[in-house]
Amino acid sequence: MKAFTKETSTVIAVPGVNCDTDQIIPGRFLKADRAQGYGQFLFHDIRRTEAGELDPSFPLNQPGAVRSTILLVEDNFGCGSSREGAVYALVDHGIRAIIGPSFGDIFFNNALKNGLVPVRLSAENCDRLADYLSRFPEAEVTVDLENSELVLPGNLGHHPIVIDAFARECILQGLDEIEMTFTYMEKIKAFETERMASHAWLAR
Amino acid sequence: MAHMNAPRTMLAKIWDEHEILRHPSGPSLLYIDRDMIHEGSFHAFADLKRRGLRPRRPRQIFGVADHYVPTLGRTSRDAASPAIARMIDTFDENMEWGGVRHFGLSSRSQGIVHVVAPEQGITLPGLTIVCSDSHTSTQGALGAIAFGIGQSENAHVLATQTIWQLRPKTMRVTINGTLGQGVTAKDVMLALIAKIGAAGAGGHAIEFAGQVVRDMSIEGRLTLCNMSIEAAARFGMVAPDETTFNYVRGRNYAPNEEEWDAAVSHWRELVSDADAVFDREVVLAGAEIAPMVTWGTSPEDAVSIEGRVPDPSAFDSADKRKAAAKSLEYMELAPGTELSGLKLDKVFIGSCTNSRIEDLRAAAAILKGRKAKIQAIVVPGSTQVKEQAEAEGIATIFREAGFEWRDSGCSMCAAMNGDVVGPGERCASTSNRNFVGRQGPGARTHLVSPAMAAAAAITGCLTDVRRV
Ligand code: SF4
Repeated sequence: MKAFTKETSTVIAVPGVNCDTDQIIPGRFLKADRAQGYGQFLFHDIRRTEAGELDPSFPLNQPGAVRSTILLVEDNFGCGSSREGAVYALVDHGIRAIIGPSFGDIFFNNALKNGLVPVRLSAENCDRLADYLSRFPEAEVTVDLENSELVLPGNLGHHPIVIDAFARECILQGLDEIEMTFTYMEKIKAFETERMASHAWLAR
Repeated sequence: MAHMNAPRTMLAKIWDEHEILRHPSGPSLLYIDRDMIHEGSFHAFADLKRRGLRPRRPRQIFGVADHYVPTLGRTSRDAASPAIARMIDTFDENMEWGGVRHFGLSSRSQGIVHVVAPEQGITLPGLTIVCSDSHTSTQGALGAIAFGIGQSENAHVLATQTIWQLRPKTMRVTINGTLGQGVTAKDVMLALIAKIGAAGAGGHAIEFAGQVVRDMSIEGRLTLCNMSIEAAARFGMVAPDETTFNYVRGRNYAPNEEEWDAAVSHWRELVSDADAVFDREVVLAGAEIAPMVTWGTSPEDAVSIEGRVPDPSAFDSADKRKAAAKSLEYMELAPGTELSGLKLDKVFIGSCTNSRIEDLRAAAAILKGRKAKIQAIVVPGSTQVKEQAEAEGIATIFREAGFEWRDSGCSMCAAMNGDVVGPGERCASTSNRNFVGRQGPGARTHLVSPAMAAAAAITGCLTDVRRV
């Protein structure tokens, strides 16, 4: 996992409450190998017109969007299917942080495991930011994970980033979780031996 | 463990029993009793191979092919495309490589993972169960902690048989009284999600309680827990009781007769203590719930079949007004339209929400001696359900009503196997998600119960099942 300490960028605002992972990546693309790169599938259907062409009004298709590494989204972003492909699509497209009022729980975890930082910001402040960006599209936002701080443009202020300390530590250091868990293997085995003694049928 | 004597919820009891340690920064390292795998898990296997690892506890892992399998034929050669066939073959190869017991396409135990796991006795009270699928919440219906995970988490479980997890908050949903005629677990969930919203239970584990739940079969409870995730709850649970024990006894991977009494007496202790405190309480009156139908593109967009398509301007929040207007455009519906009588193109009965034997019986009871007016397909949740339905004569009722009687799999629920609803087509579906494009690009989904789906098939439009 790529370590994340601090990211400053312009922002792409993707509208829509309850934007589910089927919208982030339609199911039919989930067969692809990761090596192919999932960026090409990001918002595949909703960024296109019915005729299959890129819809110039979709935020991701606007000039300048390619430089942005931060998204602003609405409530319950990433709800629905657990497909980690949704996170692969965002990461492979170059997105490093997402700001929104709330996220689907599984999406939230998947993001953290891939070094993509989901930042919870109150709906009120998200609205203010969206409004500001509509007037100043070149404004930049800083996601400073090291200092657990989200720095918004203009007078929108500094806001704490609330992510559990464990996940934060892993992302800051780009830690591999499996390797880290292996360091507890003795405890795991002891626990397991005891559990199997009373639940022999579990591993039959 | 410090509060061993304080009243605890079922979630807390099962959690504590599986907590190997707690990291100083918060999350628990939980022991995972059983991990379910399906075709989409190939990313996790690729990850293991890259690391030179193998599944650490293969006997506690079970594979089922469901998302990509054909429903007209039982070999990968019957798949809709070579790329889909490759998914099924890769799955078999990965299972062999990992030494994982699996129910492939030709197995009599095959089916949708969340239907198969309870059916095989893989899902049991008091266990921790994960699967890289959001509807793993289904399996909590037997009194387990069961939750969906991503592929990175899945690789972690395969490699260590553990997962790092923050304990969710708890929400008790009490459904009092009894349900009216024609009202099912599906309607309860659509009513609940309409009430609390698609994000309403985010960060919470739901425990379902109340007389309606106590009276409910395991099939119904599985439907409740299945749709918890549509309210953003990663966990749905029902306290185990006699109904649960009777259901579980004698199943393949359950404790055997010698172990049975000890297992049950332990399971009885898992229910929430009478004075346990939940972070949130929601109460529904069973008698007030009507057969439900969705009009939009989120499961929260649900109303009684006697209702009308709402006017987007009537919603409180600006976000919801925007979203509703967008939904109506996609669904090609005008505000104020009566839902009953809305013309349909297709009916789909299936998915891990509503494809168990009881669901098929409920639909067949409506269909008996009648004919479907539109294209309708039934996809049993498992090969065992299919065989049982054939033995009970239910399959014949479906066929005589003009339904296509398919082989088991996820099919038109997620449209990954090539079974799709066409662009612009309107489908009454017993599945769980009416998202934009979920059943195929441009497809329009109306979520309903199996009985409602059957009623829709014979009239060709959305119909109040109580009036047929
Ligand atoms: S039936 Fe649908 S919701 Fe259930 S596991 Fe399959 S694709 Fe997912």
